[in-house]
Amino acid sequence: MQTLFIRGPSSTFRMIILVIASIALMTVDHRWKSLEMVRSTLSSVLYPLQYTIDLPIRLYYWTDEVISTQQALLDKNREFEARHLENRVQLQKLDIIEKENDRLRQLLSATPKTTERLLISEIINVDVDPYRQLILLNKGSSNDVYQGQPIIDAQGVMGQIVHVGPISSSAMLITDASHVLPVQIDRTGLRANAFGTGKIDQLDLRYLPHNADIQVGDVLITSGLGGVFPPNYPVANITKVERPAGEPFALIEATPIAQLDKSREVLLVWQNEPELIEKKPDESNTNNSGNADSDSSDNNDKINEITEKKDKPSTQTQEQP
Amino acid sequence: LNKTLRIGLITIIVAFMLAIIPLPDWAVEFRPDWVTLVLIYWAMAVPSRVGVNVAWFAGLLLDVSYGTLMGQHAIGLVLVIYVIHLQHQRLRVASLLQQAIVIFFLLLLKQLLTLWVDGMLGRAPSSWLYFMPTITSTFLWPWTYLILRDLQRKFDIHKQHAY
Repeated sequence: MQTLFIRGPSSTFRMIILVIASIALMTVDHRWKSLEMVRSTLSSVLYPLQYTIDLPIRLYYWTDEVISTQQALLDKNREFEARHLENRVQLQKLDIIEKENDRLRQLLSATPKTTERLLISEIINVDVDPYRQLILLNKGSSNDVYQGQPIIDAQGVMGQIVHVGPISSSAMLITDASHVLPVQIDRTGLRANAFGTGKIDQLDLRYLPHNADIQVGDVLITSGLGGVFPPNYPVANITKVERPAGEPFALIEATPIAQLDKSREVLLVWQNEPELIEKKPDESNTNNSGNADSDSSDNNDKINEITEKKDKPSTQTQEQP
Repeated sequence: LNKTLRIGLITIIVAFMLAIIPLPDWAVEFRPDWVTLVLIYWAMAVPSRVGVNVAWFAGLLLDVSYGTLMGQHAIGLVLVIYVIHLQHQRLRVASLLQQAIVIFFLLLLKQLLTLWVDGMLGRAPSSWLYFMPTITSTFLWPWTYLILRDLQRKFDIHKQHAY
């Protein structure tokens, strides 16, 4: 009988308290999103486990790199050199066009283009809820990742950050059933919303009338309207346009351009970085290398910081192409 | 006491890792509910150590690792462990089949609670595969039980009779 006094409140009582606490937590989490602190603390508890799970896959890629032959590396290097050259040539043209664009914008006194900063992050290969499209990234608030931050890959938009932990964060892909992305059709400028479907390769454009000018093969780009995503990033290709007679809206499906289920690395995007906009290019470069140093001291050689040199055009220091 | 804690913790950590280990696409929906299974075992074996509090905390960790609402897994886990806690003496002497039947219904209750919350958020999955984890977990219960019992015997954790 003595156990009765040691054990404190009965388990029924505790169960009721905990059930009520769970319901309260769910309500708070859903309505006010104010539990990010708790979530981020608990996520740092879980990070070692997630890292351990990811380790064999990391090891596989690492051994793949280590035991590749010199010939293969040389071939790869040559290929990259060639591609680099090609890209440089194209960039030259782009630079000129960009400067021209800036000048035209000044003539029109339009708002200057925004700057964007990018950071490469790796996907930690763990499974989450099979009915939602979430991925885990190895960058967190220590790298200034914030909630709602857009992520992209080399091809197009992937999704946005939903939870931030100290050294990891989880992101929702654009195909998640609860995700909506404001888009624009590249060809016509028609605005629409791309709804996630829960399938990794499908987005739906809902609520577009039958007479909307849209064709199979059209490219969707972000419109920048939600304020979350920067404008003009490619999102998806239209794959199906149907106009069923009985329905009020057209039935339009699209496939994301980004490799949502194949990418291993993603890019985190910071837009409108105030300190970067104010700085001159050389200053932002030194800042950049400083970041790279602090990152390499973290023993993570995969971190690369990229700053797009799209600085805000200032009227005084306008360089001539 | 220390040994109990260590073995229990290790098994629960392994369960958490199994819960997020990447599976091939066809198997994702069949993933057993490892954390619940392991917690059920320990709640039966050492009810004085693993109770509703531990279940609640484990549930919150599950919520964080799955990105679900805080409390969504916790509420079901608390109820499951509560029932196990009440009936642990009867369940201990029951056959594996009888245990599996009880656990099937408890896991079903947990899954329904999770579904209910998902439904309120408007993201209820429309596939019947949603209940697959309940079935696979039930099938895996006997093995979980035997493995954990052998572990417990090997490391000589005495069952702690609370009553």
